[in-house]
Amino acid sequence: MLAKRAARTADGAPLGIRMRVNPVAKTVLQRLGFGLITLFVVSIIIFSAIAMLPGDFAKATLGQSATPETVAALQHEIGLDRPPIQRYFSWIGKMAQGDFGSSFASRTGYRRTVAEIIAPRLYNTMFLAVMTALVAVPLALGLGILAALYRNSWFDRLVNTVTLTTISFPEFFVAYMLAFLIISRDTFAGTQFAESLPVWLAVSINWTLNVVPKFPTLANINDQTPFWEHVWRAAMPSITLTLVIVAHMMRMTRAAIINMLSSPYIDMARLKGMRPMVIVLRHALPNAWAPIVTVVAFNLAYLIVGVVVVEVVFVYPGVGQLMVDAVKSRDVPVVQACALVFAATYILLNLIADIISIATNPRLLHPR
Amino acid sequence: MSESEYKLRIAQSLVGRGKVSRRDFIHLGVAAGLTVAAADQIFVTTARAQPQQGGFAKLGMAHGATTDSIDPAGYPDTFTQTAFSGAMSNSLTEVDAKGGIQPDLAESFESSNGAKTWVFKLRKGATFHNGKTVTADDVVTSMRYHMGADTKSAAKSLLEPVSDIKADGPETVVFTLHSGNADFPYIVSDYHFVIMPSVEGKADWASGARTGAFVLENFQPGVSAKLKRNPNYFKNGKPYLDEVEFIAITDLAARMAALSTGEVDYIGRADLKTLGMLKRNPKIEIIEITGYGHYTLPMNVTMAPFDNPDVRMAMKWAINRQEIADKIFLGHATVANDDPIAPAIKFYKNPQPQHSFDPEKARHYLKKAGMEKLKVDLSVADAAFAGAVDAAALIRETAAQCGIDVNVVREAEDAYWDNVWLKKPWCASYWSGRATADWMFTQAFAAESSWNESFWKNPRFNELLVKARAETDEAKRADMYGEMQQLTHDDGGSIVLVFNNFVSAKSKKLAHGDVAPNWENDGLKMAERWWTAEA
Amino acid sequence: MTSAEPVIQTTGAPRVRRTRRSRMRIALKKAPLSAWFGMGVTLCYVLVALLAPLIAPYRETQVFSEAFAPWGHEFMFGTDQLGRDMLTRLIYGARNTIGIAFATTIISFAAGVTLGLLAAMYRGWPDQLLSRAVDVLMSIPSLIFALMLLSIFGSSITSLVLIIALLDSTRVFRLARAVGLNVVVMEFVEVAQLRGEGPAWILRKEILPNILPPLIAEFGLRFCFVFLTIAALSFLGVGIQPPSADWGSMVRENATLITYGDVTPLLPAGAIALLTVAVNFVVDWFLHSTSGLRDEK
Repeated sequence: MLAKRAARTADGAPLGIRMRVNPVAKTVLQRLGFGLITLFVVSIIIFSAIAMLPGDFAKATLGQSATPETVAALQHEIGLDRPPIQRYFSWIGKMAQGDFGSSFASRTGYRRTVAEIIAPRLYNTMFLAVMTALVAVPLALGLGILAALYRNSWFDRLVNTVTLTTISFPEFFVAYMLAFLIISRDTFAGTQFAESLPVWLAVSINWTLNVVPKFPTLANINDQTPFWEHVWRAAMPSITLTLVIVAHMMRMTRAAIINMLSSPYIDMARLKGMRPMVIVLRHALPNAWAPIVTVVAFNLAYLIVGVVVVEVVFVYPGVGQLMVDAVKSRDVPVVQACALVFAATYILLNLIADIISIATNPRLLHPR
Repeated sequence: MSESEYKLRIAQSLVGRGKVSRRDFIHLGVAAGLTVAAADQIFVTTARAQPQQGGFAKLGMAHGATTDSIDPAGYPDTFTQTAFSGAMSNSLTEVDAKGGIQPDLAESFESSNGAKTWVFKLRKGATFHNGKTVTADDVVTSMRYHMGADTKSAAKSLLEPVSDIKADGPETVVFTLHSGNADFPYIVSDYHFVIMPSVEGKADWASGARTGAFVLENFQPGVSAKLKRNPNYFKNGKPYLDEVEFIAITDLAARMAALSTGEVDYIGRADLKTLGMLKRNPKIEIIEITGYGHYTLPMNVTMAPFDNPDVRMAMKWAINRQEIADKIFLGHATVANDDPIAPAIKFYKNPQPQHSFDPEKARHYLKKAGMEKLKVDLSVADAAFAGAVDAAALIRETAAQCGIDVNVVREAEDAYWDNVWLKKPWCASYWSGRATADWMFTQAFAAESSWNESFWKNPRFNELLVKARAETDEAKRADMYGEMQQLTHDDGGSIVLVFNNFVSAKSKKLAHGDVAPNWENDGLKMAERWWTAEA
Repeated sequence: MTSAEPVIQTTGAPRVRRTRRSRMRIALKKAPLSAWFGMGVTLCYVLVALLAPLIAPYRETQVFSEAFAPWGHEFMFGTDQLGRDMLTRLIYGARNTIGIAFATTIISFAAGVTLGLLAAMYRGWPDQLLSRAVDVLMSIPSLIFALMLLSIFGSSITSLVLIIALLDSTRVFRLARAVGLNVVVMEFVEVAQLRGEGPAWILRKEILPNILPPLIAEFGLRFCFVFLTIAALSFLGVGIQPPSADWGSMVRENATLITYGDVTPLLPAGAIALLTVAVNFVVDWFLHSTSGLRDEK
């Protein structure tokens, strides 16, 4: 209703107002509307996917020791004996009132609401994502700009090769290698490898290893963990994720800027004798924002949605692991809630990216 | 004995209880004519060997999921079992380090009427964490929680032989069984049968008030559980530790790294591949115990081709168990012989001959079954046991040399027990083992058991099973169990590959006595039984 | 591109177009070292994959008595946890992994590009419908979604390829639609439409050639990401049917060794990394040569 009216006013408004309000407001409202529909469809897909998965919560928790009677009793208690369509509608009915429901792990007299299960996990996930983004995004942009500026130099090639190599290792492998570095701090001196090296080399390697802070390989935190200890414990997962996402963002930044550098107006600037750095920062970058922001948003979404592997490796209690656990145990309300949180994150980040794209592009901001 | 030697002797016993400092002890030692180093050495060994009070331990468990709860109807894996059953609660009885049965929350137990009636006397003065005294009513309610039509307990079938439980006064509980069972005290030692307070006739598990050595302080499902020492614990002097924290570390590499970097003091289920490298760390010790657990490949004897005993026999000779023990379990397993009773269990008798890889015998039995070639599907997933998929790959290679084409089907790990086990003609399975021969046979081999995984119904076997259960003459029982083991070996549908070893690792900061073989983590009771050693 | 074409032409004389082959030869001649390296490595991989049974010293699933044998004469890279020759597994792994990755990427591009360009050409409700459907698919965490789908349909190679292709095709669709939108409004497309050319012809002859560079860049990355997806899936418990060898699962199987400095898992991981770097070097060069960017030096 609101969306429609806003759109109509915008359409019928005089040119001056339309130029300022129209594109951004319209996009936002339209996207939010579509976002709601998307969430609804996602919930249907996830619900039916779990329904199609073999087994249910009762069978999954009882596992090898299930008997038909105990399974039936448990199914009855958590309402799994009702038809799926009925279960879905009662779930979405509550959902519409903002009630995420309770986990199937609840029992009479022992309610575990989905909200109280997800809230601390979501906080942890956001914490890790923000912490990583604060390092990774500036790093990627900086490297991308430098690589574009000094393209085809040894620096460009080096950055390119190194980042390509880091993205081509599976995440858990990067994580294990980092853990190896930490373990080596204590054990390197005694290894055969160290003894086979010349003394000066072994000593300097050992020294280098000991310069690395002894980050904890176990990022198990809980709600009582103080802020700075949280940062300290989340360091290893954060470094791993940084290595994984920097390459993508950096390559896109470089490509987008190089693409801009071939435009006639850059040639013009060059002919005017401007310094390359100024050309890149003043002229190329502002016009290259759209693709860069899109890829940054994509990677931020990944930091929230896709880090399950890193969470498992470092035992970091985030939403990803929660969702995999819940899928395994067929805890439908928790899976649904996780999926919706993830989908909403994705939709919002993309919306923000689009708004920035529009806002930085005069042609989109002031359409003909 | 001089006076100073005498003093030293007393001091030594005090060290064991943690009452004498290292510095004071060395002083005494030097006075008694020892060198400082020698006195220090004595101090360290005594301090380690003798339990001492105090300290904090972080225990890395191989399991843990967000759906975990303190409800004893569940306890699906080592996290919940060790933290909530072993550390926080007690059953009526417990299995000791030698595999014998001991009273736990019960003070004593005795049977009458051909092992059909069992009377358990409770310990006087045992209390729950909330201060309430443990009564016979609590026991009855707690046991009934796992019985009846609407129970959701995974241990329901264990109590099916029980016809009635009643309290006889506040300190005595009487169990009446449908038929005699000489091993009944073993059954009530199961980790599900923890005693909970009875509130309005219902077992109150949700409050977390139990009887055990530790009180639950903080539990985050799938992450960690922190427990504090119970100052009113009914066992004298126990527990030794002031605080324990169980941490769920499901990833193998993460677990190993956490122990190596000192983040945790103990890990369950160490990685066998990198065990050798972990051993090189001077601060770490490996604990290896041959358990009751075994890995099986049940063949459904009601389906072709496994309905033919000769085909079953051919399969049994077509598998290289030694290779599986060496390669999948890297030597940390004991070769089994199609007999589910572990060598450490009473009435164990090794059936003859030992089944091993012998292509000629396999071909011989195949021919006897009227076949030249055989093609069978083997359904596996690592959900059955870690390494099942690799084991299947090895079996495929050895069976091929016997004219048997084994098609390995990798099943989904999720819902494996629901979709594959008891459904597919040939699959992989795991039994954590049971403390008695009767218990094991009744659950996995008896004709009417819902977990009779090979659907094997041998009349002679089932007749012996009932007879042996009620028999109180040890020699006769031994004979009967011997014959039953031979039957499963010759005719049964379960290929028992190997018995597992529990391989765990700990930092030298922790010390312990003999480790129980019945479950992992020192019979799940590590929190109660272990202590910190001053190193 | 530095113009190598003759600038002066005789008026009226037909302009001699170079054949595709001669243009390629010129382009190759100017290829930088990194591109040559990339092409060489990629070619080697393809050869190894095709000729695996001829090159490999042993059978793919052959088991030897010694597990974790050290590197040496008999087994160049030692044996794995079951006593299978590591080198043989790597060689066969090239075949399975590259085959799977290639099939997956081709399918996802065929579907994604076709649908994306159709959406760009027709706009209106087909575009809305497809775009919203893609939005829905993309807003579900792909790894967990793949995990669920594989549990439903079983982890055969076919379903693995189709599921990863489906999830990947959403990103290809987005890209194809976005770049397609810029091209369909160009004059030459309108001219072709006025000429009465069919939509298929326009797609193939007018639009596709003009949007090829970003698509190929994406192809290079997507192709390599398939390995990573397989590795991540096998980390979470679903993977390829044994006893086939693939690098993703091989990394997973031996990954714990790296925490103690054993380099065995680096072999399959390195194989993936080298291929990624090689493919992307070629892609970079291609992008650079079509971007029209003139280098100062």
